[in-house]
Amino acid sequence: MAIRTEPFVINMGPQHPSTHGVFRMRLTLDGEVVVNLEPVFGYLHRGIEKLTEGRTYAQIIPITDRLDYASPMSNNLAYVLAVEKLAEIPVPERAEYLRVIMVELQRIANHLLAVGSLLNDCGAYFTPFMYMWRERESIVDLFDMVCGQRLTYNYMRIGGVSHDVPERFLWALDKFIGRMAFFIDEYDELLAENEILLIRTKGVGILSKELAINSSASGPVLRASGVKWDIRKADPYSIYGRFQFDVPTGTTGDCYDRYRVRIEEMRQSLRIIKQALQQLPPGEVKSEVPPLLRPAPGEAYGHIESPKGELGFYLVSDGSIAPYRLHIRAPALINLTALRDMVIGWKVQDAVVVLGSIDICLGEVDR
Amino acid sequence: MTLLLSGEKTGTKLEEKFPGSIVESNRDSFLVKSEFLLPVATYIKNTPGLEFNYLASITAVDYDDYFEVVYHLTSLRHNHSLVMKTRFYDRDNPHLPSVVGLWRGADFQEREIYDLMGISFDGHPNMTRLFLWDSFEGHPLRRDYL
Repeated sequence: MAIRTEPFVINMGPQHPSTHGVFRMRLTLDGEVVVNLEPVFGYLHRGIEKLTEGRTYAQIIPITDRLDYASPMSNNLAYVLAVEKLAEIPVPERAEYLRVIMVELQRIANHLLAVGSLLNDCGAYFTPFMYMWRERESIVDLFDMVCGQRLTYNYMRIGGVSHDVPERFLWALDKFIGRMAFFIDEYDELLAENEILLIRTKGVGILSKELAINSSASGPVLRASGVKWDIRKADPYSIYGRFQFDVPTGTTGDCYDRYRVRIEEMRQSLRIIKQALQQLPPGEVKSEVPPLLRPAPGEAYGHIESPKGELGFYLVSDGSIAPYRLHIRAPALINLTALRDMVIGWKVQDAVVVLGSIDICLGEVDR
Repeated sequence: MTLLLSGEKTGTKLEEKFPGSIVESNRDSFLVKSEFLLPVATYIKNTPGLEFNYLASITAVDYDDYFEVVYHLTSLRHNHSLVMKTRFYDRDNPHLPSVVGLWRGADFQEREIYDLMGISFDGHPNMTRLFLWDSFEGHPLRRDYL
């Protein structure tokens, strides 16, 4: 006699350790197999785009820290670049270099967190995570020296950075670079052939090249699917044109490729920081900008390659002290577009790994 | 560098192909009539030489008299970009054709615009609010929302 079965709906989240915040997946299951997935957003929606309409351009910088709180430096940069594009403000050389150093350190910190929590999701409970966290701490300490904050840095300013780095920062950064190169090799040795990681991620949650492009995926998710597209190379902003670095890509677009791309990107970020440190010129770090900036009426779209993908700010000015409209193109939200296609057909525990490999931050998804 | 295609040149080309479709164009963008949005979008996605296969961002702006929806498009093959705009003048029931069929990346972004700006997209497979709850009244990003 056949056993009668029927699909079963469960809610994973909003309070679930594997959703990395308050995100909910409504899963329809046939036994253990996922037959449908519906993402539910909005638990952390703070109306940031509306908030910005009542603030001056400079007052918005601390709000951008609260978008993707795992990489505030990148958010700062994306926003100030958009404003500088809109109001045509020059940036001193030294500030450009400091910005690049900060966002590349931020990329390493973000990828350490992403890889660490992916391993957690795979079931390698907290051992790799604590190794990653140890190095992330040293980056946070570096940022602490620069701006006195460990989470919401608020370091970039329109036309530069808030202030120059202390002498001991450069010394500490130099030591960190040497140490970090060794640690990345150590993670690779520990994890690349790790059986848990291979079984849980190889061939799981494949995102095809065509779907990745069509669903506007960006960042490591897009590159893991074999698309060599990095805004730092394709549309160099700031001074990225001056540095030598490679764009790592994957081949199959599975969770393992997304993991590999992140590990390789950390190496490339170290390369960029090394070059920036060698070329770092002396001088001013901030150009003269009126505190109540009134850009001429117009609009600008500035985008950067943030650790999670293409982070864009669309600004419309009406000539007043506050933006008429500010829209944030959040990579984490848009990378989730193809989540359903990646998870269907896999089991519940694979849904956790696929979500972990996309690397979302709810502060940015919900805004 | 990603080359920003001139809205003027592209606009003139599109006007020849679809007479009456382009309202105005300038250096940075072109404005397409909402009736012509889908044919124009299909054309610029599939025509060799343009091939805008990547929809970077969609957003909407409320200019009191009308809503403007802005599409930032990129071609990963040719490394060039284009800004396409369209307007809708009726504040009570604004609706535009959805481009989800062309670019899946529009899925959540169109739902976000519907949620916060109140513009609905015809042909979207799941036109529901993205962030706010279903019984929420009003659309917070409109200028007259207080």
